[in-house]
Amino acid sequence: MRRTLTLVTAFVALVFAGLVRAQSGGELHFCLHGEPKTFNPILVDDEAAENVRYLTGGVLIRLNRQTQELEPGLATSWQVSKDGRSVTFHLRKGLVFSDGTPFTSEDVAYTMKSLMDPQVHSPTGDAFRSGEGALDVQTPSSDVVKITFPAPVAGLERQFDQVAILSAHSPKKEMAVLGPFYVSEYKAGSYVQLKRNPNYWKHDAQGKPLPYLDGIRLDIQRNRDIELLRFRRGELQLINRLDAEGFQHLRQDDPSAVRDAGAGLDAEEMWFNQSPTAPLTGEKGKWFRTTEFRRAVSMAINRDDLCRIVFDGLAKPAYGPVSPANHFWFNSALPAPKPDPDGALRLLSGAGFRYANNELRDSKGNRVEFTLVTNSGNAVREKMATMIQQDLAQIGIKMNVVTLDFPSLIERMTRTFDYDACLMGLVNTDLDPNGVMTVWLSSGENHQWYPAQKTPATPWEAEIDKLMHEQASSLVELDRKKKFDRVQQIAYEQQPFIYLINKDALVAYAPSLVGTSPSVLTPQAFWNVDTIRLGSPAALESQK
Amino acid sequence: MRKTVQIVAVSILCCLATLALCAGWVTPYSYSHQFRELPNAAPSANHLLGTDSLGRDLLSRILYGTRVSLFLAPLAALMTTIIAGALGVTAGLLGGWYERIILSLADLSMALPLVFVLIALRAMLPLDVAPAVSVAVTFLLLGLLGWPSSLRVVWAAARNIRESDYLLLARSHGTGFGRIMFRHVFPNLRPILLAQFWISIPFFVLTETTLSMLGLGVMEPMPSWGNLLRGLENVSAVGANPWKFTPLVLLILVVICFQAILPSQEEST
Repeated sequence: MRRTLTLVTAFVALVFAGLVRAQSGGELHFCLHGEPKTFNPILVDDEAAENVRYLTGGVLIRLNRQTQELEPGLATSWQVSKDGRSVTFHLRKGLVFSDGTPFTSEDVAYTMKSLMDPQVHSPTGDAFRSGEGALDVQTPSSDVVKITFPAPVAGLERQFDQVAILSAHSPKKEMAVLGPFYVSEYKAGSYVQLKRNPNYWKHDAQGKPLPYLDGIRLDIQRNRDIELLRFRRGELQLINRLDAEGFQHLRQDDPSAVRDAGAGLDAEEMWFNQSPTAPLTGEKGKWFRTTEFRRAVSMAINRDDLCRIVFDGLAKPAYGPVSPANHFWFNSALPAPKPDPDGALRLLSGAGFRYANNELRDSKGNRVEFTLVTNSGNAVREKMATMIQQDLAQIGIKMNVVTLDFPSLIERMTRTFDYDACLMGLVNTDLDPNGVMTVWLSSGENHQWYPAQKTPATPWEAEIDKLMHEQASSLVELDRKKKFDRVQQIAYEQQPFIYLINKDALVAYAPSLVGTSPSVLTPQAFWNVDTIRLGSPAALESQK
Repeated sequence: MRKTVQIVAVSILCCLATLALCAGWVTPYSYSHQFRELPNAAPSANHLLGTDSLGRDLLSRILYGTRVSLFLAPLAALMTTIIAGALGVTAGLLGGWYERIILSLADLSMALPLVFVLIALRAMLPLDVAPAVSVAVTFLLLGLLGWPSSLRVVWAAARNIRESDYLLLARSHGTGFGRIMFRHVFPNLRPILLAQFWISIPFFVLTETTLSMLGLGVMEPMPSWGNLLRGLENVSAVGANPWKFTPLVLLILVVICFQAILPSQEEST
């Protein structure tokens, strides 16, 4: 009898354990918006591969997407040397890769050497390349590793958020991971199947191993409309980046399915072509190189209307290179400009322009007229351009709008420079100003208004160059912040880029997902994937 | 019955053309002025068909857009018909190398996807052009590139004429080339050329619509049926504002009217 009772108790316990397990597990479905070009974390250069890396890679230090603070990952602690060239990590003990091979300092050394190998051309490694010379990695013990770079690297610790550690000894190499999931199956053009890493090191507050999910199926789907449709049908449980239109569609169905995390890092901006080699007609080059002209254009644009009408209120006016979403680097001292056509006309008048009969003319009597180009098929940018057109008409500027297919636009922007002004978006994923060095340095390829200058064309560009170099080599965060604040102030005064809006970070979650917490930083919807789970109705009720 | 349908169709087209020409009197608003406090407004006494997503009066935009699409599409069709007629007759009547070269050119042109050719040509044009010029250029390109399918029809008819007894008789009597062309060939080709002209008009209206849907047609703020139809992209907004279907209804109506006034098979022959 006692034996029977024991067996029944054991059976009930097993069933109960199974139920708890079922409640924690399940498979999450969502979409990648492109084919991952690689599963090797050090070669990642596209959004889809970056998402897979985030879900599978174990990193020494993790940037908390909510607090924007660094947190220990595979390293329990770290120290950066005073000269900013070295960092010493103390690693967690007893960890193993998804394939069972043990994790030691040798793996960190192997990863860093691979990352910095010039033959490998790792985009992730570029962030660490601060000077000529070889990398030195010392492994005094299995849980301590010291990495020394040839020159100081500003914001060194933050860069490790992108470095997924590879196994030095596993025969599977990049397929052996330390993150919450591993790639179990991949069908090109169709899906990437991830399974729960049973050796993942994290546990929840109750000591239960993470992640909760049993797996993730990432369907490769470029078409956003199909993604939206599948989400509505319940075939997907999450959409990572929603546009304003998709957000409104889903909100109409179920307001609780969508979340607005607030102004994100992505910006839309316009700029004038200031390249002296550009085949601009008449006096255009002179106008575009006049600070007052650019500032007047910026003052005349009604950014609030752009946010309200084009983005249905799901964007915030932008007026500087850093979004307020970037808590540390945002220069909050810069005043938010209000649309001021009268002020713009005063500014233009001071620069020799004359406004009469609703037309603006320069000092030689030429009508001020230019063409704004943007990429075709992007309804949002076309609407923005049309609204800017009316705003500028108020100060007598005639702006034509031309849309071009993307390759033609890029050709004009980067090779022929045959355009007057351009409206484009900037997708920003890096919080640190070092991530935008090529934009702000006058020699940079992405210094769009006049790229790849041999020497700075203007004193303010020379000052930006100096400040950017100084902040990149400074090791004191507050000093770097002060210098980058000044860069932001110069950009605000000179308006080489006329920032228009910061799009809100918009995501969608199925009601069955528990533990979600959207962030403005990538990956917005699933940055805390190891604590997300598919909940039972009871769990959902308790969450409500 | 067919005559009645044709009269009704012509009347509708004439009404639309008159409204489009008198757009300035029919509606007090500019097609480009944005009433920013009234985006997606419902029809009202001030805005009879409501406003679009940027707050522009939809009636004004439809009437001015009709002006663009309804007048420029026939011009493009005329250009296409003339090119197709000239090349088709040359190939059909002269035969030999002329025929081979012209037909090869037509086949080559037909093998190229029209939309991509237009995208490439548009990208090569200077940017510094006014919206009115961009409209004219768009339709000019449509006219210049739309001839191959019409050419095949004209060529086939011209070839039949070349082998006809009456042409043989005219030649044997020593009739001159000009007289043969204007007394025998063109009168016999006229119904075919007319049919090609009428068929091409809705084709160009629809092509401009496609180009505008791709963002490559008539440039903002100038309206055309094509860029007005882009307002239908936002499905949820259209559901809430059904009056946004007006440009689509108009397009369907005009295409039906053009089809209705096409000469019938019997009339052609």
